[in-house]
Amino acid sequence: MSHADAAVRTSDGARHGLRMFLIWLPLAIVADLLIWFAWYPHMPPGRMTDQAQGQQFDIAVMAVLAAPVLLFVWVYFAYALIVWRHRPGDEGDGPPIHGNTKVQATWITATAVIVLGLFVFGTVQLIVPAGAGAGEGPSPIWKPNTSNLLQVQVIGQEWAFTYRFPQFGGMESTTLMLPLGQQVEFHVTSLDVIHSFWPYQLGVKADANPGVDNVAYAKPQELGSFTVRCSELCGIWHGAMFNYGHVVTPAAFQAWARGIQAREARLGVLAALPRYALTYDPTVIPQLGKDLVKVAGITGANGYYYPSLFQSGDPGDPVSP
Amino acid sequence: MAIETTPGADRIQPVGGEPGGPAETRAWWRRPAVHTGLLGAVIGYLIGNWLGWLVQSTSGNFAQGLSDTRDWPVVLGYVLGTIGWLAGLGIFNDLGRLMVGKPLPDIEHAPVGGLAKYFRYTLDHKVVGIQYLFGMITYFLTGGLFAMAIRTELLSPTYHVLSPSAYLMVVGEHSTMMMMMMSSVILGPFGQYFAPLMIGSKRMAFPRLEALGFWLTPPAYVILLSGILWNGFPTGWTGYAPLSLQASPGMDSYAVAFGLMGISMILAGFNIIVTYINYRAPGMRWSRLPMFVWSMFTVSFLQVLAVPVLIAGFYILISDRTAQTAFYANQLGGSSYLYENLFWFFGHPEVYILALPGFGVVSEILPVFARKPLFGYKVSAAGMFGVALLSFFVWQHHLFDSGINPDMRPLYMLTTELISIPTGFIYLVALGTLWKARIRFSVPMLFALGMYFNFLIGGISGVFLSDVPADTTEHGSFFVMAHFHYTIMGGLIFAFFAGLYYWLPKMLGYEMNKTLGKIHFWTMFIFFNSTFLPLFALGMMGMPRRVFEYARNLQTLNDWASISSFLLGGSILIFLINFIWSTGFARVKAAANPWNARGLEWQVSSPPPPQNFAHIPVALSGPYEYGVKDAPPVADLNPPVGVVSAAYAGAGTEA
Repeated sequence: MSHADAAVRTSDGARHGLRMFLIWLPLAIVADLLIWFAWYPHMPPGRMTDQAQGQQFDIAVMAVLAAPVLLFVWVYFAYALIVWRHRPGDEGDGPPIHGNTKVQATWITATAVIVLGLFVFGTVQLIVPAGAGAGEGPSPIWKPNTSNLLQVQVIGQEWAFTYRFPQFGGMESTTLMLPLGQQVEFHVTSLDVIHSFWPYQLGVKADANPGVDNVAYAKPQELGSFTVRCSELCGIWHGAMFNYGHVVTPAAFQAWARGIQAREARLGVLAALPRYALTYDPTVIPQLGKDLVKVAGITGANGYYYPSLFQSGDPGDPVSP
Repeated sequence: MAIETTPGADRIQPVGGEPGGPAETRAWWRRPAVHTGLLGAVIGYLIGNWLGWLVQSTSGNFAQGLSDTRDWPVVLGYVLGTIGWLAGLGIFNDLGRLMVGKPLPDIEHAPVGGLAKYFRYTLDHKVVGIQYLFGMITYFLTGGLFAMAIRTELLSPTYHVLSPSAYLMVVGEHSTMMMMMMSSVILGPFGQYFAPLMIGSKRMAFPRLEALGFWLTPPAYVILLSGILWNGFPTGWTGYAPLSLQASPGMDSYAVAFGLMGISMILAGFNIIVTYINYRAPGMRWSRLPMFVWSMFTVSFLQVLAVPVLIAGFYILISDRTAQTAFYANQLGGSSYLYENLFWFFGHPEVYILALPGFGVVSEILPVFARKPLFGYKVSAAGMFGVALLSFFVWQHHLFDSGINPDMRPLYMLTTELISIPTGFIYLVALGTLWKARIRFSVPMLFALGMYFNFLIGGISGVFLSDVPADTTEHGSFFVMAHFHYTIMGGLIFAFFAGLYYWLPKMLGYEMNKTLGKIHFWTMFIFFNSTFLPLFALGMMGMPRRVFEYARNLQTLNDWASISSFLLGGSILIFLINFIWSTGFARVKAAANPWNARGLEWQVSSPPPPQNFAHIPVALSGPYEYGVKDAPPVADLNPPVGVVSAAYAGAGTEA
């Protein structure tokens, strides 16, 4: 190959590259502007808590980074498919290019830089708003910067969520009220199978594992209602396992919580409930008169929570550890 | 050089197998085939069932009182039924012959046979490939019907067509059937068929294991579907404990069926690894292997290393359900995290078991229709290795919200994001290959391009999921659903169809109808995107996976996706019509090399002769040397005397 040939090919290549760049650049700018100024302010689920806000920010930043990459590949493909399509009558092959060290090194460096940047960004975002709303297990390592925490225990069971408030005498409720501006510490656990506590607008998601206390944090910063759904398949009525909650003013929350506590105390509900604990074992049956009686056979119950020995009227031989 | 007067007389003769006995010549109904297999399955099932009741009734009060009283009979029935099926097919016959010292039948010179060979335990890799092709299409269509049932239910925000338990049954059957199918959909048909052809071998290393791998898939299919008789299983394809411990015996059918598929995957993986290492033709250096071979090679390692963990997990699950162990029961000292870890330690490599064959197929097809060498051959192979290696270090990103190991989240975020670098190599290779190419829009090329388009969306949405804060919103929602349907359906299945249109002329010897093929592509491409793109939005708007009930304001999008999915089903119907029409009725004979491709598999007739090659070929250059002036042909199919034996002798002394 002569030098002239090589020069022609290089300038030719530069021309194609420039064209692609000129098509891509305005598209990428428009896409990023649209993402940031049109989509991001209206991105579901809103900014009801600091966690939800942090997650929206993460998604928006990643979308701003991802859109140019996506568009680069699409513009390149579209350009190549149009400009370098096979013309009738041309039975020849393309130029035998086996690789290009400079292009390959650039690509690998660029993707590595983007990925490592995303990792640093994601880690910072994970640490700063206290675990990013994800369940951190029994001993959380990213905690909010305050000791003024409202503890809310979320108990999942087939197929409902109930909420207990240890700072209000361990009272229990099926609706979740939260005070505005108060840092909340969720303790999520389950009585039977794995559920997942997903108050959608709060930006919290924590699996409810039986026998495990899974902690997550959020701080409501807007008044309003939110939906709680189960996001881990938990059996037949998984789809119907949802209820609602509200972020209210601190005064309204105090009135509500104390009201429920007083009513449950009056009706004897608080006395009948198991003592507040981080996890519960529903195989412990206080009615059997012993403190710790385990009904064995939780594993093979054919869809019934308690095994058939109760149905037959024969108490069987519960195993007492 | 002397001119040969009697061609072939002094050439290297095909190396035969072991000295063999005569091939079987009994009447068809006396030879083992599907009908004797079915008989064996029934007998085995009855014995297993009886044995199960025996175990149940003799293990005393303990098991009687505590377990679901049907788990023992069901599990043993499934297992012994499968063994009976294999015995009926004659899979253990050669083992028996060896044990009593009888000679084995001569496989390599067995009569070719007609259609009947597809219904018996045939050891030719080309037969196994076609068996897999039809088997996997059956799986795919069944799973697809379940998918449309799901979308029918989701037409309305509350349950209307299916009851909640029927809905979960359909979700479980769809997801498990598809996952079982996807892990073999390319490795089965194309991997088995073309593995030896592409490396210039006459056979696979372990033809018996290969055929066994296929014959495990029909019982897996039947056993999984039989779960319907037990009202299915409520867990979806992930089978999370302790929900799985409460479930009806449908759960046993899930564990046994998926486990059988797992065994099939391990067997196929071992076979391919050994074949590629030991059965390459002389001159077929590692640097001359087609990209499809590299993808099969890396996938095989994933299968061999990851699937045993799944089988262990299911073994424990079954023992929890039958023998009343408590490995997964938190309140009895077990841990549901154990199952989650075992499952996803398999489950995430599994995701790449699904992705890599797709990469291999499109990388194989792209140079042929771009008429250019593959750009960055080594980068492409390195990308596959990188993906395969990293896939073992990411599984906990499925457990970001589970409460386990919060301090490890940055690490798993990093590894998950790192995996996008080698995946990016695949795109770099595609972009480089298309540069100044002469792109021919054949049907396989359209599907390959569709794969690149879809997988890009799937891959980039995966980066969102790898980020813990963003994942808190998206985890367990329809966003995840859309993401993995883009990578699996949009990636793997598009690649499967690319491979099907590309290789079917070679496999069956008939051309597929091009017009119907293009209609199939465009309808599938449009309706696939129209079905799954709205699901990203649904996930962002708070719709969890696997629910029959959703917020009313999401109905429009859901209906859009449902109607699109029915049209997508129609597109698959067009494929089916094309497939049946082209191979059953039109039967246009395919040329040996209809795409003018350089691959070694295209240098033999369509379909290839029984022994693949008359002589062991000698590879002379790489498979992608399009446009290279004076490039030697990919292989010499009639190598001069002594070359092959010299090569083998040389290899022997070097080793």
